[in-house]
Amino acid sequence: MIQMEYYLIVSTIMMFVGIYGFLTRRNLLAMLIAVELILNSVDINFVVFNRFLFPGQLEGFFFSLFAIGISAAETAVAIAIIINIYRNMRNIQVRNLDKMKW
Amino acid sequence: MDYSAIFSYMYTEIALAGIIVAALLYDLIAGKKGRRAFHGIMCTVLLLFTAGTAFPFHKETASIFGGMYVYDPMYVIVKSVLAAGTLIVFLTSDSWLRKEDTEFKRGEFYVLTLSTLLGMDFMVSAGHFLMFFIGLELASVPMACLVAFDKYKHNSAEAGAKYILSALFASGLMLYGISFLYGTTGTLYFDDMSAGINGSALQILALVFFFTGLGFKISLVPFHLWTADTYEGAPTSVTSYLSVVSKAAAAFSLMVILIKVFAPMTEYWQMLLYIVIVLSITVANLFAIRQKNLKRFLAFSSISQAGYIMLAVISGTPYGMTSLVFYVLVYMVANLAAFGVISAVEQNSGGKVGMDDYNGLYRTNPKLAVIMMLALFSLAGIPPFAGFFSKFFIFAAAFDQGFHVLVFIALINTVISLYYYLLVVKAMFITPNENPVAPFRSDRSTRIGLVLCLAGILALGIASSVFDGISLYSFGL
Repeated sequence: MIQMEYYLIVSTIMMFVGIYGFLTRRNLLAMLIAVELILNSVDINFVVFNRFLFPGQLEGFFFSLFAIGISAAETAVAIAIIINIYRNMRNIQVRNLDKMKW
Repeated sequence: MDYSAIFSYMYTEIALAGIIVAALLYDLIAGKKGRRAFHGIMCTVLLLFTAGTAFPFHKETASIFGGMYVYDPMYVIVKSVLAAGTLIVFLTSDSWLRKEDTEFKRGEFYVLTLSTLLGMDFMVSAGHFLMFFIGLELASVPMACLVAFDKYKHNSAEAGAKYILSALFASGLMLYGISFLYGTTGTLYFDDMSAGINGSALQILALVFFFTGLGFKISLVPFHLWTADTYEGAPTSVTSYLSVVSKAAAAFSLMVILIKVFAPMTEYWQMLLYIVIVLSITVANLFAIRQKNLKRFLAFSSISQAGYIMLAVISGTPYGMTSLVFYVLVYMVANLAAFGVISAVEQNSGGKVGMDDYNGLYRTNPKLAVIMMLALFSLAGIPPFAGFFSKFFIFAAAFDQGFHVLVFIALINTVISLYYYLLVVKAMFITPNENPVAPFRSDRSTRIGLVLCLAGILALGIASSVFDGISLYSFGL
């Protein structure tokens, strides 16, 4: 059986790849994908902790189910806002979102 | 399970959910005429809701749904403060909603705002991290829609994108923290979790990640970078809602969770808060001095006020909780008065929000100028007004717990903040201007809202029964 640590390594790598991507990408959709990586790494964490450490319970599974649903709702709103930006400016590059600064 | 318990303890949320569904349906079936009456109906309904749920029916703590939802008289008071803030935002938003490009989506504004209020209510009375997370997201996802509400304006769209991406990022970090709390303790209930908290390295990491998520909502300094842009770009009524109601709910639930869950790690989170408070108050004050746009200016002012609110959280005592709720109430009336004036001037002068546009406002619109002055005095904490008393209680709460240097730093910053608040007063009263904002008469509901705020600024500090009433129910470490 695969040890718990391997799952945690994968989720940690996903988490920090997501943070790196969020900070370095210059396109709104790419940033959104990076954030999705973070949220998915959290789901893996919950499920793995539940499966290996507290096998009799369901709390972690349920939390990850709800987290998946809610992150889908958030993504829908984020994409709606990005489409609105595209309608206003004809592109979704972050460097064009600089009208308000400091 | 006894279903009557649900209705007798969860009445606030149930009533609010009913109002949301009714408003949604009314928006669908109301014709042109019915839509014109929408504002009056919503304000009346929200007034009845606030009055009906203002005082706790039960004096004891209870939990339903197996401890997921907790009823506490203190929570009822906090929720009624939030509802009162929403009512004032509704009152002052009418002249904006009546504009041609927002008139047809007036109903959406009410539904979205009340949805965020429902989310905050669940967040405040959560007893389980799942409930807390759902409440937090219910409060922040419709908020992003509200920020991007003026969808034909570039600034609003830009602000919406900045808000939703930072909110997603912050909630991702917070969830990562919660997942480690779950991994180390094996439960997500607040009451059970504190038994498993022992201050191990993983739990300190979890605390920091968790604090990041709420620090974003309260816009404390290392997590504040979205604040000024979002406040500037969002419609003014939404900004006023964002700056008080959402901040108040997040600050209160942060205090509850730190007390209930992280009680064994008190020295860690006090150290964390210490650094964050010093940074928030100082950095926000320095940035506020150089702002030329009043909405941006109030954004930085609200960041520094959030730092003061954290002074109550760091104490962790029942007295600290009382002073937190009182501070939030006083800050709310003052900030909503300032935003109400800004909104009125903006709507009646063709979008003027620069500080230079306010030069000579006293000549043309003396009443608005006086209300703005009193609101800024209260925010700065000048004695006869409510802001002085709330600041005093906050400082006393932190001082009692031995944070002497911290209170001293906060006091110095109060003096700095007085300088920039007075810059606005000087612009309105002293600086001469060739063509100031033309005299105008704001609509009736804005006037009602501003009078309510003014009454709060003048009376809350003197009416000691308010503070005493809150202190009956507060709890601490």
